[in-house]
Amino acid sequence: MKLTIKVWRQKSATDKGGFVTYPLDGISKDMSFLEMMDVLNEQLSEKGEDPIHFDHDCREGICGMCSLYINGKPHGPLQTTTCQLHMRSFSDGETITIEPWRAAAFPVVKDLVVDRSAFDRIIQAGGYVSVNTGGVPDANEIPIPKVIADEAFDAATCIGCGACVAACKNASAMLFTSAKVSQLAMLPQGQVERKTRAEKMIAQMDAEGFGACTNTGACSAECPKGISLTNIARMNREYFSAAVSSENV
Amino acid sequence: MSWVTKTLSSTLGRKLIMALTGLFLILFLTGHVSGNLLLFKGDGGEAFNIYAKFMTTNPAVKILSYLTYISVIGHVIYSIWLTRQNKKARPIGYGMSKQSGSSSLASRNMGILGTIILIFLVVHMQSFWYQMHWGDIPMVSYEGEQYKDLFSIVSFAFQNELMVIGYVVAMAFLAFHLSHGFASAFQTLGLNHKKYSPAIETLGKLYSVVVPLLFASMPIYIYFTQS
Amino acid sequence: MILDSKIPAGPIAEKWTNHKFSSKLVNPANKRKYDVIVVGTGLAGASAAASLAELGYNVKAFCFQDSPRRAHSIAAQGGINAAKNYQNDGDSVYRLFYDTVKGGDYRAREANVYRLAEVSVNIIDQCVAQGVPFAREYGGLLANRSFGGAQVSRTFYARGQTGQQLLLGAYSALSRQVANGKVKLYPRTEMMDLVKIDGEAKGIVTRNLITGAIETHAAHAVLLCTGGYGNVFFLSTNAMGSNVTAAWRAHKRGAYFANPCYTQIHPTCIPVSGDHQSKLTLMSESLRNDGRVWVPRTKEMAEKLRSGGIKANDIPEEERDYYLERKYPSFGNLVPRDVASRNAKYVCDEGRGVNETGEAVFLDFRDAIKRDGEDNIRARYGNLFDMYQQITGENPYQVPMMIYPAVHYTMGGLWVDYNLMTTVPGLYALGEANFSDHGANRLGASALMQGLADGYFVIPYTLGDYLAKIGPAPVDSDNPEFAKVAGEVKERIEKILSINGSKTVDYFHKKLGKIMWNECGMARTAEGLQKAKKEIKALRDEFWKDVKVIGSNEELNQSLEKANRVADFLELGELMIDDAYNRNESCGGHFREEYQTPEGEALRDDENFAYVAAWKYMGDNEEEVLEKEPLEFENVKLTQRSYK
Repeated sequence: MKLTIKVWRQKSATDKGGFVTYPLDGISKDMSFLEMMDVLNEQLSEKGEDPIHFDHDCREGICGMCSLYINGKPHGPLQTTTCQLHMRSFSDGETITIEPWRAAAFPVVKDLVVDRSAFDRIIQAGGYVSVNTGGVPDANEIPIPKVIADEAFDAATCIGCGACVAACKNASAMLFTSAKVSQLAMLPQGQVERKTRAEKMIAQMDAEGFGACTNTGACSAECPKGISLTNIARMNREYFSAAVSSENV
Repeated sequence: MSWVTKTLSSTLGRKLIMALTGLFLILFLTGHVSGNLLLFKGDGGEAFNIYAKFMTTNPAVKILSYLTYISVIGHVIYSIWLTRQNKKARPIGYGMSKQSGSSSLASRNMGILGTIILIFLVVHMQSFWYQMHWGDIPMVSYEGEQYKDLFSIVSFAFQNELMVIGYVVAMAFLAFHLSHGFASAFQTLGLNHKKYSPAIETLGKLYSVVVPLLFASMPIYIYFTQS
Repeated sequence: MILDSKIPAGPIAEKWTNHKFSSKLVNPANKRKYDVIVVGTGLAGASAAASLAELGYNVKAFCFQDSPRRAHSIAAQGGINAAKNYQNDGDSVYRLFYDTVKGGDYRAREANVYRLAEVSVNIIDQCVAQGVPFAREYGGLLANRSFGGAQVSRTFYARGQTGQQLLLGAYSALSRQVANGKVKLYPRTEMMDLVKIDGEAKGIVTRNLITGAIETHAAHAVLLCTGGYGNVFFLSTNAMGSNVTAAWRAHKRGAYFANPCYTQIHPTCIPVSGDHQSKLTLMSESLRNDGRVWVPRTKEMAEKLRSGGIKANDIPEEERDYYLERKYPSFGNLVPRDVASRNAKYVCDEGRGVNETGEAVFLDFRDAIKRDGEDNIRARYGNLFDMYQQITGENPYQVPMMIYPAVHYTMGGLWVDYNLMTTVPGLYALGEANFSDHGANRLGASALMQGLADGYFVIPYTLGDYLAKIGPAPVDSDNPEFAKVAGEVKERIEKILSINGSKTVDYFHKKLGKIMWNECGMARTAEGLQKAKKEIKALRDEFWKDVKVIGSNEELNQSLEKANRVADFLELGELMIDDAYNRNESCGGHFREEYQTPEGEALRDDENFAYVAAWKYMGDNEEEVLEKEPLEFENVKLTQRSYK
């Protein structure tokens, strides 16, 4: 395949940055998208040019590190992660536009690499059950209905890649935040801190400068793990009921 | 900050205001459209004028009307506040963005739709609401009682083709706004359940077609029947 | 040095209890005076960092990824073993211990494995309390499955994403301690070297991957939880960033490296599709429950297949060789990982491979679909089939899948004693980074168990003993040793950047991978290993003369990161070769062609090789020295594995 790669280059966080276009030949349909990027980077390196920097690690769709906005969509045309996208999804001669996630809360570090530590801080605000190691009850002393366990699992499959923020026209992090709030709100283990958790995580989400939700559904439609919008509704419910009934004045 | 202001100024709190005011305005629209159906009665506007007087003088309705004003203003102010936050959340946009597959046109353009509806609302209120309250309106008498003849104002206004077209177009925008807004309000309130949400969504779609259609048919009806 | 494994005395079932009691404790009020460095935030690192912070120690946690949640533990699919015996099918701590020692082909330390089995039950309790959504039965209790040929159902799982859920659990515990101020997090920060003062580990030197800043961190103890070194093969199921650097630099500072040649090759991976391949994807082993493995009976037919002259489905039954069923009639397609992998290699070496590269065999579901119906197969393996189709573009419901073995896990690692301390006092290794529990072969669903056992339930006890002994006096961060090591790190980086040769880092990494895969992969020979040793030496020389790394240190520079890691792989590779050459026997993941039974199975030599091979670094380009830790088996009877 012969391609034209139009990619965002930006030397550092303070650099202005802009699009640069590279012609690329000899790409196989069996390559993954990131392998195509590898080929391009090898060519750039051989020519003595700085390779294009992008985040990636497991390359099997689970670590959540890869983060490219490809042809106007996070992770490209399929509902999957960039690392699982293959070149057979593109056609010969095509121009492929590659950009970093765009959000004030995800500042660009270099080229296509962004800083997603805002997500870590949201989890640190309350995305856990406060139990120390040891001294916990036997695992089977906490029976959980299968449907609840399954639904909690569905929320827990979030890989924290940030595609929801990238896809949202408002750069909102509600889907990410709600997935964790939901998982723990549904499980009996999460009940003790349920109200405080919702309040704190949402306060942190706001402090990070994410946008609001317009319920367009783009986040869920583009989420590589298909995290459902139901979680956002549940988070809202959790938050409103916490606001009126929690002990935190 | 007290917990109340803290809650209401958080992103979710602001969304809550949007949803509650939106739902109240939906209720208002329901009332408004039902009352205005009297225009179709063909009695020269008698029933409509009696209804109009009731709506401007009844104390209970008065309270509701103030709530409506507050809702409109709240809905607008909070939407501006949220929009500013949203713009700030993505200071640098994408060079290429394809959103058509993953979200509906209406949902992505609620702000624009809302702005058009607001402009319409100003014109609409200037034409009728202002006239009714402070304008120079001819009086009619039914069974010995005096009434403002709002019907004649309406009939006159809708002799103008531009006015009719403008109203119909505005209702189309309203339809789009409602097609997303109705179900979206429930989602924001956290009322999402696999048993009820499909019904809410269907009701929302139905509402967003029927109500604007009824509204739009009023100027058309008057244009053709009163000329 | 005589390796002292510090195994406590007494009957095996009481060793850990006795040891915990005899270990010194740190006064609760004194704990806040101790600083602990944890490198790596996978299952072992995150669980250790969280648990130590909960106890009151000040923890600094480092990871090279942008968030602790990305560590490669997240990719583990299958499950986690625990001797809960919830299924009433005869499991026990002793049975899990026995199975693990046997599965490791009798090359693991009994006492460590017993402790692992003992704490396995606590791990499940801990994870459930954190909100990890394990699979459940309709009654609300936890579900189990049998995994990797085990005779009991002791594997807990969360669909095919168990590693993800366990890691997110540990990550949440870690995040809580970050919020409490007890853990300071350093993401996008890579450990570059170890700092020792008076022979004891007192800190590390790191590189900030965004700014390139070389920084020093002092602490009372350093924990390496940095995973395995499978990427020495270039192609493996490891993440792209997985590397040996932290462990290797520690090795060069005096930590012995144990059993480096023990690598696990997983039989069911998606085959390499071309030279562009950057990594390999694992398909769950469970596929072998229903799929039948085969290649064409003749080389000619295979050639016709490869050139497109015939389609797989058109090859008649009598032209197919179901070689696992033929050679191992009682286990058939379910033979253990090492046996399945080796046999795939044999048939491909014979020229009977089925894809363009000649390195693939079929895993065929035709008969299973005919027998059970497509819907049932979909219910069992739907997500795996989808994943396969996404990667290869072929529909496995209609054409047979193609699979080939790939490097998956490394059983070797830094030598540690019973306390998980390396030969450098104050330096610990946890999880896949150490060598201790899996012997020569790891059983399915045991890696997650070991990582969490080390972090949640072992290190909190054993570290306290050491810290109590050294006392809470602060570590002198102005000690000249810090500046010295930081200087050496900078020097090395400058050297790499100044070479400005003609070949990219990937060129060297791929070449190294090929050498390792061909000569130190599924089957090894003395001759091949000797040849490989020479090739690696030459490649390493070439690297230091001709590598091209673009850019500077003072920026985000992924080429430089890679170059640093590959430089260490080039040294580790040689040690793996030495270890494989030294071990004149076949065991588990180490198969020397010279040592096999007449049926072609691994032939152990318990008389001469029942030891841990721990290697001591002697200096640049010096041969490493072998120290042996004899393995004594008091509870498990050594037997020959057979799957006929």
